[in-house]
Amino acid sequence: MKEMLYWQALNQALDAEMAADETVFILGEDVGLFGGTYRVTEGLMAKYGEWRVRDTPISENSFTGLGIGAAMLGLRPVVEIMTLNFALLAMDALVNMAAKIPFMSGGQFSMPLTLRMPGGVAKQLGAQHSQRLESILMNVPGLRIVVPATPQDAYWQLRQAIRSNDPVVVLEHELLYFTQGRMDEGAKAPAIHQAVTRRSGEHLTCIAYSRMVQLALQAAETLAKENISMDVIDLRSLSPIDWDTCAHSLEKTHHCLIVEEDCRFAGAGAEIAATLQERCFFLLDAPIQRLGGLDLPTPFNRNLESASIPRTEDILTAARQLVNPG
Amino acid sequence: MDRMNLSAMLRDMLLARAFEEAAAEEYSRGNISGFLHLYPGEEAVAVGVLHAAEPGDYIISTYREHVHALVRGIPARQIMAELFGKKPGICGGMGGSMHLFDSTRRFLGGYAIVGETFPIALGAAYAITYRHLPEAVICFFGDGAVNQGTFHESLNMASLWKLPILFVCENNRYQIGTEIHRHSAVVEVYKRACAYAIPAEKVDGMDVLAVHDAARHALESIRSGDGPQLLELETYRYRGHSMADPGSYRPSSELLAYQAHDPIATAIQLSQSPYPSLEDIRSAGPDCLDQLTDHCSNNELLDEETLTRMKQEVQKIVEDAVAFAQASEEPGMQDAWDAFLCNRRFETLMKSPT
Repeated sequence: MKEMLYWQALNQALDAEMAADETVFILGEDVGLFGGTYRVTEGLMAKYGEWRVRDTPISENSFTGLGIGAAMLGLRPVVEIMTLNFALLAMDALVNMAAKIPFMSGGQFSMPLTLRMPGGVAKQLGAQHSQRLESILMNVPGLRIVVPATPQDAYWQLRQAIRSNDPVVVLEHELLYFTQGRMDEGAKAPAIHQAVTRRSGEHLTCIAYSRMVQLALQAAETLAKENISMDVIDLRSLSPIDWDTCAHSLEKTHHCLIVEEDCRFAGAGAEIAATLQERCFFLLDAPIQRLGGLDLPTPFNRNLESASIPRTEDILTAARQLVNPG
Repeated sequence: MDRMNLSAMLRDMLLARAFEEAAAEEYSRGNISGFLHLYPGEEAVAVGVLHAAEPGDYIISTYREHVHALVRGIPARQIMAELFGKKPGICGGMGGSMHLFDSTRRFLGGYAIVGETFPIALGAAYAITYRHLPEAVICFFGDGAVNQGTFHESLNMASLWKLPILFVCENNRYQIGTEIHRHSAVVEVYKRACAYAIPAEKVDGMDVLAVHDAARHALESIRSGDGPQLLELETYRYRGHSMADPGSYRPSSELLAYQAHDPIATAIQLSQSPYPSLEDIRSAGPDCLDQLTDHCSNNELLDEETLTRMKQEVQKIVEDAVAFAQASEEPGMQDAWDAFLCNRRFETLMKSPT
């Protein structure tokens, strides 16, 4: 057990998989000599050579497609899209090819492809570099989406993604790269898509993922002082979603608050709320509440930017309102 | 070119023509629906190139790929059944006309978004070089695909890393209904390859011997590690873009000129297609098929009797394929889920709520 930064955990996961399996290779912009814009691939080119850590030209659609073709021949490519905003240029490869080839071929080809994408609202990067695209990707059958919130999960889920025969998108939050957490390489990992209860509570359930888990935990700390105890569920995976863990929590709390950083309209939270009310309607004492980003391109201005996505105070207000209405 | 190879190529061209005409007929009968893009006129391209391919090579094709699949050795029955959407189809009825895949024959699929074949070829070729194998990737595409970003992105990377790819442009001069002079500033596709330092050549795509020769030489050099090459094969499709397209944007004189200028007559006369009209066909010259039969006859490599036997043989194969497809069972929804979850079979999935 040791303390480690999120990016270091990802780096170790890559190193471990590359050492264990020589079919694993990395490609992307500046992943080699430069070491990755968030240092995630640092040192790997020196260790494994340029055929296993390939610097590419700025051609997202084609180098993602390269990963797909290589995966069809049994390699295990890890494609880094420098930021997920650029993944929009690779949507054809991702949606029309990676997600569909195993199916269209009648199951003849598997797709052991991993796509890593840093994203989310960071610090004043402007509207084109401050997006969250999970809801777009969730609507594509055939893709798996993981959203690790801790260094330990980043390590586990990246290794699991590389070993999976499905295409897996790993959404990494830019503000999490330099957060620290405990990491135990030897510990047994839960299934790649399993949700985890980060804190137990009785009065309400807060369902969050990625960076919003941190905010939910901070809010839970404050709420505890007000005698409101909040269950905090870290989804860890957005496709598929571990509904059982969510439903079990609602059996106990009967109140549900969903927190997402992505735009609220047609976001992940909408799917979670719809499915949980279908499944757990009679468990609920109040309508499921959603807290999401504003339906607005992210403003550059610092104050407006921070007000455009859920803050800890917003979670506190929503939780209090849900448990003690009016 | 020895007699055996020649007659194998002729047989495949006859089979290809007969297969596509049968598919057109089944489409008009309503047994095949959806998009159906047919190959008559272009047979010399697929046959010439793929007869130069080794079993170790990989093939990637477009949505007009029945013939590539057929020549690669996928049984006519399994292709026709896939066109019918039936369970014994090569993809279990999940792919259809535009998405034929065969992992055992290294047929990496038909792709229905223009320009997708390039990055798939790039990845397959990367894997070959990664493993230091003497294999090549054959990447088919049309003239319309060369204005897609992936063409330029992929040629750049293929050249940069010396990947073993033979890019094969089936230049039939039309992107659906837009003639090449209206869609490309530079109409000689092979010239574009020089921007990426890729050796390229233009070849008469109606002459199967010329195509085969060019492909064989290119593939030998590619397999030995010399990097990618591009072949532009000038050809022509006799039909419209798909069965939904009568091709009326093309002057009939153009169609006739193509059919007359290059080798066609006997085989087309024997085909049962209502398009182009029988009068048109009779007045036209020989096409790629006839060019080859003429060559064989003139060099006394093929007698009339053998040719007739060959035509009967391929007709039988095609009729059998249609009967097989007709009689085959439909896939069930469970088959669709099985195909979808094929890669998850070793994992326990969370139950969905419904």
